[in-house]
Amino acid sequence: MKHLAEYRDADTARRLAAEIRRVATRPWALMEVCGGQTHSIIRNGVDQLLPPEVELIHGPGCPVCVTPLETIDRALGIAATPGVIFCSFGDMLRVPGSRDNLLAVKARGADVRVVYSPLDAVTLARTHSDREVVFLAIGFETTAPANAMAVKLARQQGLANFSLLVSHVLVPPAIEAIMRSPGNRVNAFLAAGHVCSVMGTWQYPPLAARFRVPIVVTGFEPLDLLEGIRRAVVQLEAGRHDVENAYARVVTELGNEAAQRVIAEVFAPVDRAWRGIGVIPASGWRLADAYRDFDAELRFAVGDVTAVESPLCRSGDVLKGTLKPNQCPAFGRECTPRTPLGATMVSSEGACAAYYHAGRRVEPATAGATHASS
Amino acid sequence: MPRPDPPDVSRFTCPAPLADDPHIVLGHGGGGTLSRELIEHVFLPAFTNPLLAGLGDSTVVDLAADLAGGGRLVLSTDSYVVRPLFFPGGSIGDLAVNGTVNDLAMSGGRPRYLTAGFIVEEGLPIGTLAEVAARMGRAAAAAGVMIVTGDTKVVERGHGDGVYINTAGVGIVPPGITIGPEAVRPGDVVLASGTVGDHGMAIMSVREGLSFEAEIASDTAPLHGLVAAMLAACPAIRLLRDPTRGGVATSLGEIAAATGLGIEIDERAVPIRPAVAAACEILGLDPLQVANEGKLLAVVPGGAAAAILAAMRGHEHGRDAVAIGRVVDGHPRRVVMRTRIGATRIVPMPLGEQLPRIC
Repeated sequence: MKHLAEYRDADTARRLAAEIRRVATRPWALMEVCGGQTHSIIRNGVDQLLPPEVELIHGPGCPVCVTPLETIDRALGIAATPGVIFCSFGDMLRVPGSRDNLLAVKARGADVRVVYSPLDAVTLARTHSDREVVFLAIGFETTAPANAMAVKLARQQGLANFSLLVSHVLVPPAIEAIMRSPGNRVNAFLAAGHVCSVMGTWQYPPLAARFRVPIVVTGFEPLDLLEGIRRAVVQLEAGRHDVENAYARVVTELGNEAAQRVIAEVFAPVDRAWRGIGVIPASGWRLADAYRDFDAELRFAVGDVTAVESPLCRSGDVLKGTLKPNQCPAFGRECTPRTPLGATMVSSEGACAAYYHAGRRVEPATAGATHASS
Repeated sequence: MPRPDPPDVSRFTCPAPLADDPHIVLGHGGGGTLSRELIEHVFLPAFTNPLLAGLGDSTVVDLAADLAGGGRLVLSTDSYVVRPLFFPGGSIGDLAVNGTVNDLAMSGGRPRYLTAGFIVEEGLPIGTLAEVAARMGRAAAAAGVMIVTGDTKVVERGHGDGVYINTAGVGIVPPGITIGPEAVRPGDVVLASGTVGDHGMAIMSVREGLSFEAEIASDTAPLHGLVAAMLAACPAIRLLRDPTRGGVATSLGEIAAATGLGIEIDERAVPIRPAVAAACEILGLDPLQVANEGKLLAVVPGGAAAAILAAMRGHEHGRDAVAIGRVVDGHPRRVVMRTRIGATRIVPMPLGEQLPRIC
């Protein structure tokens, strides 16, 4: 924790914020890609330290939020199947499907369990050989290596009762989709540090060059975020559009090559629907053909489940960065963490939930003008 | 030659074996011979006291001396469901005593008597129940309260988590003590009696099989002694809360709602053990929303804060006491936290159970 305290120092934060104020002369919109970054920004109030020129737009990088409704409904269908032990990370349990969520299915008797690692689900499959054990494998590139390892391990151990419901999504195609979208306002990206710790930074220079957009790999602590913002603003003011690594204590150019090899073996690219946004070409991973026997969608014949979103929910606009959560007409009215219409209000990393929990329904009375929430 | 010390018979347990099975069966809750045996072999040895020994349907206690001069009765009840039954730093037995003792203490009460109701799951080893009862007995003795009447029911296997316990408590509020939200004023100071989040993270680390470098132990403890020391330093304490389920965030939110005033706290002032902070970081939990079982929050007049803090620090359960914030008339009914980097955010009350995050 000493290590963390270094990146939360108030004096350094003030110095970095002053530097950003000094450098910024024109309005700039920066998108932090990752939901973990959004959470840290709101929780620590990083945006309150920024000058009015610098606006933060919250990106689509919450895996819980962008998991399509169909996948949730398939998960609910599989979880309710007798004999199934359905394993998931904790924050998927409250995400609403068309009618229900996993907590409700659990309350009606389904065996739904929170695990901290897909490897825990493999262990469950080994110790419950008479049950089907299914793991809900969602997430960006960050969670993919462990999910891939779980499948490899299950095959090594000959576990025929283990499968994955896969809905992996990828950052670079999302950046491309945002830059191509008609209403795009993003001038620079804070790339997700944890994704880059796995994948490296080598995927980003072509994107930065093609869209002439600075991409700064950024961490999650307040000082990491301020430093990432500072570097992005410096680039914008200088008219540069480079890939910079502001999270070098974790991220290298090549990334974790062993993890990338396992991913390449177990997963294959696929067009993926993003909740609220739509299908983005080659923006996800499915199980590779050699591992299709571990695919829960095939095993449980839920591939044709379709679903309809609430017409009130505008989480797609929030995820694309064209709408602030508290600008949505349903925010805090029809849609609250207790009655979420979309996943962005459910996940602790979701932008709507982050705004709601930080009380951004109203201006913090003791804070100064916080343009990002106005 | 010196005479040997007289034998200590207070912990005597009857060595005669219980009939048949060393596990709880439905008959143990049936009121017949098995029930009687369970009381005599498990509960009486653990809760030894003259009032219980009568084994009537109820127990008569004499509070005339306590109530003379304007003392008032304070009553509370709470039910305890926790898995696992034993965890680092405590057990369901400790919680069942200390939890109700603390509820009484938050009104300024001196706890006197407890009742205990057990709902036991068929198949629980009797040894486990005896250990739970023994822990309750020790906690009661440490807190200076008597468990004076009780009840046991047995439910079918699969219908309970081993054992659920309900305790109700009776205490005495001394004359002249009025603790309640109506007394709170802007300018009052908010004190915390020590580190937050210990109990919840201790439970989570054993329940989920997570091991951290340093073991995290529950803080379960009776707080009425601490409260008495605080009241001795300043009888005008405004409000006391023990931040159990929902943690400090919930208690502060309730205080703000009950008083109609705002509360401002400083993130850097809130004491959190490094191991608890690290575990919360790993699991994506907010330590302010994690349960405590041996801590209190106090709202006190600004002018008396230093004296009360000194009294708290002189007590074994208040050594790490600090001021964490103050009551303000801005932002009514809201709790606002000044963050580590000098910004502000509103502290929300948690919706329900906290769920660990994906990454």
